[in-house]
Amino acid sequence: MPRDTSIQSVLVIGSGPIVIGQACEFDYSGTQACRVLKAEGIRVILVNSNPATIMTDPEFADATYIEPITPEFIEKIIAKERPDAVLATLGGQTALNAAIGLYQAGTLARYGVKLIGADVDAIERGENREIFRTIVEKIGGESAKSVICHTMDEILEGVKILGYPVVVRPSFTMGGLGSGIAFDEPSLNQIAGAGLRHSPTSEVLLEESIIGWKEYELEVMRDSTDNVVIVCSIENIDPMGVHTGDSITVAPALTLTDVEYQKLRDLSIEIIREVGVATGGCNIQFAVNPDNGRIIVIEMNPRVSRSSALASKATGFPIAKIATKLAIGYTLDEIENDITKVTPASFEPTLDYVVVKAPRFAFEKFADADPRLTTTMKSVGEAMAIGRSFPEALMKALRSLERKESIFTFPREISEQKVSSLLNQISTPTEYRLQQVQQVLWAGISADEVFEKTKIDRWFLTQIELINGAAREISQPGEMTASLMRNAKQWGFSDSQIALLRDSSEEEVRKSRTHLGVRPVYKTVDTCAAEFEAFTPYYYSSYEEETEVKSRTKPAVIILGSGPNRIGQGIEFDYSCVHASFTLREAGYETIMINCNPETVSTDYDTSDRLYFEPLTLEDVLEIVHAETLAGPVLGVITQLGGQTPLGLAAGLKAAGVTILGTSPDAINLAEERGAFGDVLAKIGLTAPEFGMASSQMQAIEIAAKIGYPVLVRPSFVLGGRGMEIVYDDAALSSFISRATDITPDRPVLVDRFLDSAIEIDVDALYDGLELFLGGVMEHIEEAGIHSGDSACVLPAMTISPHQLQEIREATLKISEGVGVRGLINIQFAIASDQLYVLEANPRASRTVPFVSKATGVPLAKAAARISVGSTIAQLREDGTLPQAGDGVAKGISVKEAVLPWNRFRRSDGRGVDAVLGPEMRSTGEVMGISSTFGASYAKSQISAFGSLPKAGSVFISLADKDKESGVRAASTLSSLGFRLFATTGTAEFLQSHGVTTARVRKASEGVGPFGERTIVDLLNAGEIDLVINTPVGRGTRADGWAIRTAAVQRSIPCITTTAGFNAAVEGIKVLQSGVLDVRPIQDWLKDA
Amino acid sequence: MSKAFLVLDDGRIFEGLSWGATGKTFGEAVFQTGMTGYQETLTDPSYHQQVVVMTAPHIGNTGMNAADNESSKIWVAGFVVRNPSPITSNWRSEKSLDEVMREQEIVGISGIDTRALTRHLRDRGAMRVGIFSDLDLSREEMVIEVRKSRQMSGSFLSADVSTPKSYVVPATTTKKFTVVALDLGIKSATPRAMSLRGIETHVLPYNATYEEITSLNPDGVFLSNGPGDPSTMTETVSLVRELLSDEIPIFGICFGHQILGRALGFETYKLQFGHRGINQPVIDKRSGKVEITSHNHGFAIEAPVDTQFTTVFGPGQVTHVCLNDGVVEGLELLDRGAFSVQYHPEAAAGPHDAAYLFDDFVSLMEKYPRKVSDH
Repeated sequence: MPRDTSIQSVLVIGSGPIVIGQACEFDYSGTQACRVLKAEGIRVILVNSNPATIMTDPEFADATYIEPITPEFIEKIIAKERPDAVLATLGGQTALNAAIGLYQAGTLARYGVKLIGADVDAIERGENREIFRTIVEKIGGESAKSVICHTMDEILEGVKILGYPVVVRPSFTMGGLGSGIAFDEPSLNQIAGAGLRHSPTSEVLLEESIIGWKEYELEVMRDSTDNVVIVCSIENIDPMGVHTGDSITVAPALTLTDVEYQKLRDLSIEIIREVGVATGGCNIQFAVNPDNGRIIVIEMNPRVSRSSALASKATGFPIAKIATKLAIGYTLDEIENDITKVTPASFEPTLDYVVVKAPRFAFEKFADADPRLTTTMKSVGEAMAIGRSFPEALMKALRSLERKESIFTFPREISEQKVSSLLNQISTPTEYRLQQVQQVLWAGISADEVFEKTKIDRWFLTQIELINGAAREISQPGEMTASLMRNAKQWGFSDSQIALLRDSSEEEVRKSRTHLGVRPVYKTVDTCAAEFEAFTPYYYSSYEEETEVKSRTKPAVIILGSGPNRIGQGIEFDYSCVHASFTLREAGYETIMINCNPETVSTDYDTSDRLYFEPLTLEDVLEIVHAETLAGPVLGVITQLGGQTPLGLAAGLKAAGVTILGTSPDAINLAEERGAFGDVLAKIGLTAPEFGMASSQMQAIEIAAKIGYPVLVRPSFVLGGRGMEIVYDDAALSSFISRATDITPDRPVLVDRFLDSAIEIDVDALYDGLELFLGGVMEHIEEAGIHSGDSACVLPAMTISPHQLQEIREATLKISEGVGVRGLINIQFAIASDQLYVLEANPRASRTVPFVSKATGVPLAKAAARISVGSTIAQLREDGTLPQAGDGVAKGISVKEAVLPWNRFRRSDGRGVDAVLGPEMRSTGEVMGISSTFGASYAKSQISAFGSLPKAGSVFISLADKDKESGVRAASTLSSLGFRLFATTGTAEFLQSHGVTTARVRKASEGVGPFGERTIVDLLNAGEIDLVINTPVGRGTRADGWAIRTAAVQRSIPCITTTAGFNAAVEGIKVLQSGVLDVRPIQDWLKDA
Repeated sequence: MSKAFLVLDDGRIFEGLSWGATGKTFGEAVFQTGMTGYQETLTDPSYHQQVVVMTAPHIGNTGMNAADNESSKIWVAGFVVRNPSPITSNWRSEKSLDEVMREQEIVGISGIDTRALTRHLRDRGAMRVGIFSDLDLSREEMVIEVRKSRQMSGSFLSADVSTPKSYVVPATTTKKFTVVALDLGIKSATPRAMSLRGIETHVLPYNATYEEITSLNPDGVFLSNGPGDPSTMTETVSLVRELLSDEIPIFGICFGHQILGRALGFETYKLQFGHRGINQPVIDKRSGKVEITSHNHGFAIEAPVDTQFTTVFGPGQVTHVCLNDGVVEGLELLDRGAFSVQYHPEAAAGPHDAAYLFDDFVSLMEKYPRKVSDH
């Protein structure tokens, strides 16, 4: 069936900020959707509040609204644009929920807009557990026995039928938010109570426990003529009980016979038909009892999901792209398979390799958080690896995670004590369980015993035993022959792992390996196991006979991506890499992308001329450089766009003789190494806050005494402010040092003077050796001390004088010159008492590059890539990449707000983790609000990030003593705006004494009063507070503040923890009260002079 | 594990490790792209005299069980895999694959670059191959031995694979029909699919005569899958013509489809590398619907795809076509009860999308009821 010509314009709904459970895979799917629709000549209207996405680049849609993804805002967009259809199945649960909201509000009917992909009924049938259960039953499948509950009483009744342990799943939440396993009544109370709150329909499902069963997912696609194909099967190595996003998974399924697999396939097809997903993709999850094969259908997502992105990368079958084509009327057999060019999309990919996905966590950022893995997703990113065997793919996936703890080790000895403690640990799934499993197997524990404790299928355990066996062989004394070396590489051992086993160095192993002629070949991901020729160079390495790398004549530029998403290094860096690839392709180069993150646009085989899905380690990158050098001319490698990961490889690559394009590794070192950077600053006459490096506790206290408290302390060489803290006295400093246990002379602790109440400035700029282009000067809304990634910021800066701006520009130019930047540089400044301080400089693309690019309309990453290959800023001005003259100018006022994952984490006792901002970055994503006033932009950013700010109601205010003065005005304004103010004694008295009417409430620690007066936590839990302002005093001393913030987070009440944020919020509330917030596409903003 | 060599007709040699039985074996090298179903593949008689290369890298993970056998033994001449599983992990497993291969003396080779081999076969076509393990032969000697082995083109193999004696598979539901299945290498999934639909299947040897068949007074005749070159099947082709003249409903699968095609007057030809996998898209030209199907064929029918054709048995048409390469995958007569498909609606291994064809066979037998017997 050809395309539906009644569809001339489509509104695509994006997924908003990156949060746990909904990451950049939806930028990948949404970008594909926009490209497909544009190529069909359809007018594309896009809404997404996330500026760090490729899809929100102005060229991907005809009208791009960086606006909140709420039914109210989308209705405004629909009213303005009058699209023919809405496509909401590619923007995750956020888009789906927005679409349901639009339907329920009658907006779709009012404007005559049709929902394409899946209709509301199908979404309801797929997502409503009760309806879905009847569907499963109807088609002859089985669901876990369960009870639907809406109250705590119903829950307690339900568990009597099902028994413990019991699984709790709230309805209509994403990433399994709020779900968990209860082992007894107290844990049930706590999990189910939270579940009722998290569910928008106050509904939870209690379910018989199938923990320990084998877990599978099938990715299914259906077209309008009812053709159905299974794109991929995925098997979870971690059995049921761990969220699939947190499991190590493998594709294809490896431990099912054809009979069993076909049962899952038949069920999947019946389900997608019965649910009635008209066109597009969905994902269906199954549990299989390992003892008898009983199959239970767990759930389905009637939309493109995280697993779809993984399946697309794992098979080469682009689910989102094809789902979009199906949504506008095509059928599967009318769509060409891009990779083979001759066969249609109506087939099922077959793999001649194994894919392993491993999650990356961020528990170190949330010291209080319960480290157990459950049915609530907690990982922040993932790496995928491809190999010709499971061990090879697994070993590659683990080293792709870039954590030394992930990599299997083979110690000479493991004490019995250690083994028995590990044996206890492996029963509980945690971040490093598989490594613990490998260790106990290495120590000689049988696979059967490990199976009993973990229920990880014996097949996987045996494969790990094979890896251990190979390690034993490698470690034998004697010559490393070519066949032994080849064997080791086939099992997936890295050069550095071999070096450890043979008491050698990575470099020596590499030397002897290349001498022996043992090098990887590169195979193609081709959807068809080589049955047809592949025309898409999507490669993975393996130690096999034949390579498939094609020779080429054009000069190539290799771009290193940023690896798995983590806090501090996410989609923003992928954005820059993708831009570099686009612009260099246009400029006539052959672009080669290396990355291992399946969620990204950079690992779409359409993005670059060639894609290597490989770990970002020195070894893996060097081998690709070697292979590509044999294939044709290689200009060099770009390392400055993918964040710290590629930057960390630059020096090693250079030492191995690889050309680094752009800023040199020496220059990078000059900026990164504190001493050297200090010299640069001294030479050019700039000031940094005083600091010192301490390799002992004594030293640290001495330094602090010299420069004066408060000080900012952190381990050296970290990303995203990991382990960073502000301390106000000796005791706190000592406590920090005793917690940072691995402090040594090699790994000192940095002690910086902390500039209290300073304004922090972030600058992104380009430098070509001749000229500086200042991309943007952003002012942080939170004062210095809050990590820049977690702070809201505004562009243009609001409180900086023209003179100060000039000073910042000059400083930026001097630093760029002094360091020797060729491309992008990000500098953080602070202004305290009219003095400009340089906090740090990073000669690479920063997290804010996409935000600045959206706010100013200047493609900074593209320009940086061009500078890397020799263009000058003058040339870029001439060809229109950069403005003809001057620096970047913000169009309108743009506010960036960070989004934090507090509601994902809980302490082991089940209570929330503290929701307070600090110098350590904890946000997972960001949103942008753009309009012509600060208040409106800030209000939009808050709506996008947190739902909304209240227009009326009650506000609880608790200010630390140091913040009391600066908070009075905002409190007084709130009161005059009609809000009721509540505060505990200290703040209440202070506000009253300044003439602000405030009602006093009891602290949680004071308990309920003699006349039943409730505490603030009671008020929060009763839903009587609409906004919380709570500025913390310092770590550890504020159990009350913590109780308030966690209660607010759990009830999704906006919670502001700085006075600067408080002031901004008041501005936003004023705008909200005054009425209408307009929507305007970014393309219109950029037209403004 | 000792060294083993896979030696192709054109002189390319892959060195790997011996697996299963040791010794030497010859056959036609073909690749199979299914990610599940190695047991069904191994026991499918259509693979007789073929050395099967599995493109899926891990084979043997789920072991072997009696229920999933498609016949009483392994038929492949040799088995080529990248990573044989050292253990079996499945609740239905009874024996390990390695054990069964040794018992049945199937020579295998492992640890070779199966993707390179597959690409080679794709580009140059299916060809003769030998696997040699534990033998003291030079490379030249091995190539010479391979070149002396038998070619698939022109091979008549039905006698090797067919049942020596007839047997009956009863209907598992109320019996509605009697069908004679001509065993040219039948898989057990086929009578199983028919028995579920009220068909009692009489499986007869490949050389059953017209009289033997008609004496059972069948409602329909089924022509099974099987190995070999369809052009060698002159006697069976004449038999089918007689049955067509009698207007007995006929259903053919794979080799049976090729024989029906030849009976209708079409030629068969050898494909470059064949279709062997469980992911092949086939379109039903009548409804426009796509089925994902299980394939195992090296030969195909040459018939007009875009127009109806006429035969001595009346008009007919091509019903199914493979979307990957346009190969004819199904035929039917329009005025008489006969149809066939090149692929495997009985699946095993593979998807069940085409299972409706057995229902079609039932409808056909209802539409063309048995004529009252003359004798």
